Amino acid sequence: MTSGKVDDSLWEVFLQEKNNSGHVHVGSLRACGSEEALQAARDVYARRGSPISIWVALSESIVASTPADAPSFFDPKDAKSFRYPNYYKVPRTLKDA
Amino acid sequence: MTEASRQFDFEGRIARDEKIEPNDWMPSRYRRQLVRMISQHAHSEVVGMLPEGNWITRAPSLRRKISLLAKVQDEAGHGLYLYGAAETLGAEREDLINLLLGGDARYSSIFNYPSVTWGDVGVIGWLVDQAAMVNQTMLTKCSYGPYARAMIQICKEENFHKRQGMEIMAVLSAGTSAQRAMAQDALDRWWWPTLMMFGPPDEESPHSSELIGWKVKMKSNDELRQWFVDLAVPQAEALDLQIPDSELVRDNKTGHWISGPINWDEFRSILRGEGPCNRERIESRRESHLEGAWVREAARAYEEKCRKKKALERESL
Repeated sequence: MTSGKVDDSLWEVFLQEKNNSGHVHVGSLRACGSEEALQAARDVYARRGSPISIWVALSESIVASTPADAPSFFDPKDAKSFRYPNYYKVPRTLKDA
Repeated sequence: MTEASRQFDFEGRIARDEKIEPNDWMPSRYRRQLVRMISQHAHSEVVGMLPEGNWITRAPSLRRKISLLAKVQDEAGHGLYLYGAAETLGAEREDLINLLLGGDARYSSIFNYPSVTWGDVGVIGWLVDQAAMVNQTMLTKCSYGPYARAMIQICKEENFHKRQGMEIMAVLSAGTSAQRAMAQDALDRWWWPTLMMFGPPDEESPHSSELIGWKVKMKSNDELRQWFVDLAVPQAEALDLQIPDSELVRDNKTGHWISGPINWDEFRSILRGEGPCNRERIESRRESHLEGAWVREAARAYEEKCRKKKALERESL
């Protein structure tokens, strides 16, 4: 039925939708090379709006932490309150801009 | 961690409405059920291109033709989003597609009905896509992250599908008597099959309670069907078309529109492969897969050529 084994690699697609926004992961696709991956990413994930750019990266090349490890991997959110502006007491008379 | 404590942990995450992501532990049944559901959904998008694709060359105007082309292209894109989501669970796209082409995978029963008039294209957008949106809106909250995110993307695009269908219906309904008859005839043929899209009644739905427990499905088949009927009835009225259900009645206490009995024998015969177009749909998919073989081969050959060229350039440096 299929003509030979499909040896296309899996690619992850990142879309930058607006100027000054980051590239956001939008999904994945199969393609046998980077050029095909980029064109397919455009056709599949950018049919609307006026995107600025697309990144494609081989899925296997992505190194990721796992959500299950998050508590030990990341600092607990509230443990370092001195990293937030509200930690600091400033007299009311001292207005900031 | 033992299996039991993993299971406990997983259920806790579901209860807290956390999203399950591809690399997280999940029960193997959760994985299998999701692959089944997502791939059936992907197949439905792809097979769903056929009844409408049938009308691209016969669309009544250029405006209608570009809309239909864009819509069918969207369905192909939706299929790809969904195959991608299924692949995050370890399924291989090629295996899933081979199951479809071999006639061993299910897809939405609705696409086994023929699209014989232009009115059908209108009704597919108005009702079939609206029913799909009801289902998909619910799925945007599903517990599996990649599926939920694919649904959000799809819902954003699906709205145009529904509206172009409504526009077609509104124009036909306000047209000549022949056009009005065409709109009514299409509604007559598609109404009941659309209600069947939500699947068997709750008491006969084998997977429902498990899927609802996992928050893969957030509402039951009958609840979704009711949601849809309540949307569609006033729309039919606004279009001045008659829903082909003589028992349809509004429950004044709840405000819901209550349908007459659905012919589930028809639904079951379609699932057995005996619908008007089951065979034709799979045949068309097989043909276009074969016809596309040279494109896949050419893409691979081109990639190989580029790789060799790059290697040569590196050597000559």
